[in-house]
Amino acid sequence: MNDHYDVLIIGGGPGGAMAGKAVAEAGLSCCIIEKRPAIGTPVRCAEGVGQEIYDFIDLDPKWVSAKIQGAELVAPNGQVIQLSSEMAGNEVGYVLDRKMFDRELIWRAANAGCEVYVKTRAVDAIVENGVVKGAKVEYAGKIRNITAKIVIAADGVESKFARWCGIDTVVPMAELETCVQYLMTDIDIQPGVNVFYMGNEVAPEGYVWIFAKGERTANVGIGISGKKCRDGNRPKDYLDRFIQEKFPDGKIIELIVGGVSACRPLTSTVSAGLMIVGDAARVSDPLTGGGIINAMYTGRLAGEVAAECIKEGDVSAAALKKYDVLWRESAMGKGLERNYQIKEIFIRLSDDKMNSILGSVQKIDLEKIGTKEIVKELIKYNPWLLKEISSLKKILG
Amino acid sequence: MLSIRREICGYCGACVSVCPEGALELVDAYLTVDADRCRDCGICARVCPLGALEVADERSL
Repeated sequence: MNDHYDVLIIGGGPGGAMAGKAVAEAGLSCCIIEKRPAIGTPVRCAEGVGQEIYDFIDLDPKWVSAKIQGAELVAPNGQVIQLSSEMAGNEVGYVLDRKMFDRELIWRAANAGCEVYVKTRAVDAIVENGVVKGAKVEYAGKIRNITAKIVIAADGVESKFARWCGIDTVVPMAELETCVQYLMTDIDIQPGVNVFYMGNEVAPEGYVWIFAKGERTANVGIGISGKKCRDGNRPKDYLDRFIQEKFPDGKIIELIVGGVSACRPLTSTVSAGLMIVGDAARVSDPLTGGGIINAMYTGRLAGEVAAECIKEGDVSAAALKKYDVLWRESAMGKGLERNYQIKEIFIRLSDDKMNSILGSVQKIDLEKIGTKEIVKELIKYNPWLLKEISSLKKILG
Repeated sequence: MLSIRREICGYCGACVSVCPEGALELVDAYLTVDADRCRDCGICARVCPLGALEVADERSL
C-alpha cells in the first residue's frame, strides 16, 4: 500500500468497484479499501436488478441465480396482480449471486490497475482547511495516513467517512427500511417470478419479497419502516410469521440483515476533495429499496469525473459539483425524486386504498407507458388519489 | 445506557446509519459504541431488525 494515490476509495461494493475501474482506466493511481475480509460477503441485499444492468456489464451466467420474467403483487386482501413479461418487458430482470458478482466487479477494477486491500478500514478523514486530503487507515494492525487528491466515499448505508468530513449523513429513523432476509430452500415458489406482498399487516410501510433463486430456493425478506419497528414487531418477527404461514417446512440456510435508506439523497454528494456514491449518498430507490444499479451508476460517474478533475488540476467542490449535477439530472436522479414522492403517498395509504390501487394495476398497459403515465392511469381508476393527495400534482407536473 | 447483545446482532449497520451522534460503528464485523458520544436516545435500538440493542433509559423518542 502506497502513502499516496490520485484517488482513494472507501468501500469495495458495486459503487466503489465501478469508481475504481473508471479511475484506473483513465490512467490514474487508485486504491480501494474494504473493511470486511472478503468482497461481496456478507451479502446485505435481495440481489434483484433490472435489465439496465446491461448498461454497465454483460452478465455472466455464473453470477446470475435466476432470470426473472414476471412479477406478482399481492394486495393486502390477497388479490394477486400478475405482471407478466408482456406487461413489463421481455425480461423483468435478474436475481444475482452478489458474492460472485461483487467479486467480479472488484476483479475488473483490479485488472484495470486499481489496488485493492481487504480487511482495511478508514478510521478517520484527513481534512486540511476544509479540503479532504485522504484518510487515516487501519491496515495490518497499524494506522497509516493515506493521502489522495480525491477520496470517494462508497462505504454503504452505514457510511461514516462523509460524516468525518463534516457532511450530515444521518438517515431519519422513519425513513430507514429495516430489513431481514432468509435464503430459503425446499420451498414451493414460481421459478422466474418475483413476488411482493404489501399491506400494513404484513409489512407496515414496506413489503415482503420472494425473489426466486432457483427451482425451490429464494430470498424471502422483509423491509419495514424504522418507526414501525418495536419489540415483538421487528422485521424478523413479521418475517417469521410470514414464513410460518407460507413456507412452514422450508429450510433457512442464510440470515441476512440490513438497513436501506428510503429518504432523499444527500443534499450534496461532493465537497472539496470528496465524492460520495451509492448507498452512502442515499441513492437507493426510496420506493423499491433497489440500490445496486444506482451504486454502479454513481460509482462509475464519480470515477470518471474524478479522473477528469484531477487531470485538470482542480479538485475543488465547484469542480467536483459536475458529478452531483450530472447524476441529479439523469434519469436515475429524476426517478429518485419521483419515487420518493410516490413512496410518501403509499406509506400513508390504508389497506383498503392499497387494494383499490393494486386492483387497478392490471388494467394498465405497463409496456407502453412511463411512470408518469402509469400514475395518471391509476388516478383514472382511483380518482380519490388526486383529490386526497395534493402532492401527486407535483409528480405529474 | 446502550447495550449490545452480540449473540443477536447481525452487524448490518442499520443502527449506525440512523445514529444522530455518530456513536456507533462497525469495526471488524463487531458493532462498537462510543460511550462518550452516545446520548442513549434509543433510535438505534428502535430500528434494529433483530432487537440486538437495548437502552435502559430512552429519553428522546
